[in-house]
Amino acid sequence: MAVRKRSLGVVAVLAAAGLGLAACGQSSGGGEGEAIELTITQNAIKGGKNAAGATFIEDWVIPKFEAAQKAKGKDVTVKFVPSGVDDEQYKTKLSLDLKSGKGADVMDIDGIWAGEFAEAGYIKPLSELIGPEADSWDGWSQIPEAVQGMAEFNGKKYALPVGTDGRVLYFNKTLFQKAGLPADWQPKSWQEILDAGTKLKSAGVPVPIQINAGTAMGEATSMQGVLPLLAGAGGEVQQDGKWTGASQPLKDALGLYQKIYGGGLGDPKLQQEAKGRDKSFQQFADGKVGILMEGDYFWRGVVNPKDGVAKMADRDQVVGYAMIPAMEPGKGVRGQDFVSMSGGALRTVNPNSEHPKEAFELLTFTLSPEALKEETKDGNVRVTPRTDVNKEILAGEPLLTFISEKVLPVTAYRPPVAVYPQVSVALQEATAAVVGGTAPDQAAADYQKKLEGIVGGAGNIAS
Amino acid sequence: MAQATSPPEVVKEDARTRRGYSSDAAGLGSLRAGAFVAPALLLIAAFLVFPALWVLYLGLTNYRLTGAAAAEPEFVGLANLLDAVFNPTFWNSTWLTVQFVLGSAVIGQVVLGFTIAWLLRDRAGPLKRLVEGLVILAWILPSAVVSFLWVALLDRDGGTLNALLGIPGFPWLLDHPMLSIIVFNTWRGTAFSMMLYGAALGNVPPSHLESARLAGASGWQQLRDVVFPHIRGHILTNLLLISLWTFNDFSPFLLTAGGPDGRSEVLAVHVYKVALQSGELGYGAAVSTIILLINLVVAVFYLRLLRSKK
Repeated sequence: MAVRKRSLGVVAVLAAAGLGLAACGQSSGGGEGEAIELTITQNAIKGGKNAAGATFIEDWVIPKFEAAQKAKGKDVTVKFVPSGVDDEQYKTKLSLDLKSGKGADVMDIDGIWAGEFAEAGYIKPLSELIGPEADSWDGWSQIPEAVQGMAEFNGKKYALPVGTDGRVLYFNKTLFQKAGLPADWQPKSWQEILDAGTKLKSAGVPVPIQINAGTAMGEATSMQGVLPLLAGAGGEVQQDGKWTGASQPLKDALGLYQKIYGGGLGDPKLQQEAKGRDKSFQQFADGKVGILMEGDYFWRGVVNPKDGVAKMADRDQVVGYAMIPAMEPGKGVRGQDFVSMSGGALRTVNPNSEHPKEAFELLTFTLSPEALKEETKDGNVRVTPRTDVNKEILAGEPLLTFISEKVLPVTAYRPPVAVYPQVSVALQEATAAVVGGTAPDQAAADYQKKLEGIVGGAGNIAS
Repeated sequence: MAQATSPPEVVKEDARTRRGYSSDAAGLGSLRAGAFVAPALLLIAAFLVFPALWVLYLGLTNYRLTGAAAAEPEFVGLANLLDAVFNPTFWNSTWLTVQFVLGSAVIGQVVLGFTIAWLLRDRAGPLKRLVEGLVILAWILPSAVVSFLWVALLDRDGGTLNALLGIPGFPWLLDHPMLSIIVFNTWRGTAFSMMLYGAALGNVPPSHLESARLAGASGWQQLRDVVFPHIRGHILTNLLLISLWTFNDFSPFLLTAGGPDGRSEVLAVHVYKVALQSGELGYGAAVSTIILLINLVVAVFYLRLLRSKK
């Protein structure tokens, strides 16, 4: 080590003196390989946003990976580039980095950005960038088709999935008991949800049903509201490259909003408040909400008795969960009885990387069974992309097991294209209109008009 | 600064021209003179004219930060400009920017800056140095540091201001976002006006003031009839500069991020939001073009005032 340090010093001095040739000869001729520097970035920072993730990368991944490379005779140093900002700002930063041909070698992106990044040429198919190793990675066999799909665009894999999630209906068992409803409630149609809501209402529950609506909740309205309902009515926001306009499924989904918020089964004002979603969490934890549609984040991060933002000490006894039913059995998307929506992060190699192969090694290392087990220990359990790991770590986690075994097989994903975020806002506006009193047919027609402007004319909308 | 931006005196060169010398003051001839200014012109072309033209061009495309339009932007003509003109958000931002410029620059900085300069004009010693030092400190500190301090000052829950006034929980930045950024920018930018007027007041001949006083002029009459006519050029130059600076100022973003609900989204913040956060670079460039035009109009307005004789 000391010898190498000294020789590096010599190289540095020579280079500084302007003798570039000598430095070149030394590094290309050296059998033990040159020093490789890699960077890895996530929207995570110690002591701030996603602190556990940042700690895991800095204190476990980097030392272990460097040691493993050294054992192979490679001198690799890895640097973590932290970030602790809103997801939109993180996305802007990445886009600008990639546009100017720079950025970290390994980076995390939201699954929903994959399409727009790929279309812009900011990320490349792994098989082109890395070579055959990308497709022969032994982890692929452990990752379910649907989760792999998140990392695909136009049939090519652009990244490795970091994990996934799913949406369910949560309900308060105490309130259900009061209303004479079963503790193992599993509605099979929308009507059964409304019936339960009516019973809860007559039992004096202030907010029988909370299904997110409006623009203030942003993407939460789409993911935990209109999109699962649309899927339950047999629709998709985009099908075979054509966008869904004022179709019957959309009218049905908006119709359910009308029945809930027009019929006194939900609180329309809550959908307009700036902090409406946080308030809905608090109200659920306080026993004021009967039924709530949310992702597994709600269980892990909100009502978690240990470190949730709206802790429920008796979560495991009081909070029940059920799959989201289709409008009627068999009426859901792909003829399903139950539906859900999923998203998740991706991790990929920067096409501008000088060492794509080593970067890919680092990438796969972070998603190896050992790394995932280390990352999810001490109460940080989440659904990882790997079935082998999930089997082990989800064993003591009933909700996450439920999600990975029952929900993920029937789930759906958002279309990974650049205009989706704009379409999503238009959908949120349609729900806001219905909650505000507009008829579902009218809101659907208005949505179609906006959609035509967003996706480039009526020709891209299925009639 | 004051000297550099004051109107240059017109040099009479008729005599030389008639005798057949080069018409320029230095006697170089246009070719050699051109060679001397060429480097400066090249720099201006590369860093000012070219980017401006590039923005004009981008404004005519559907260029985006991500997606297919990032790789292959398409020419869309005037669609972006028309979108902006018919977009109520854009007009809302323009109106907020006008309020911001009038409130913080034209009224706030000029009045406060002149008042400080006028009050301190005949003083010397530690008080003057202290006041000037504090005002200039507000001006030279980096924006990031200053806005962090102001967020700490105005914060709803733990803010210093609320603690001093004894009204915990009052959301200044949410309930009065425009007032907050106007007061902030007045505080921040007063130093320039103060220094410029301080220098200008030094040029007012004391004898004129003396005669005015002897003739029984009140303080306001002295200001109106003796001081203002002398520093008219300085006032207009100062107004021109700080209006344009304030018009294009981005630091309100660091205080309010344009919120809540766009109620403090001045044009500079609006462009950032549409171009970088929503990724619509083409539309953002079109809005920038409109801002450029507004700046030109403002500049021409002031320059005409400056050129016109009393």
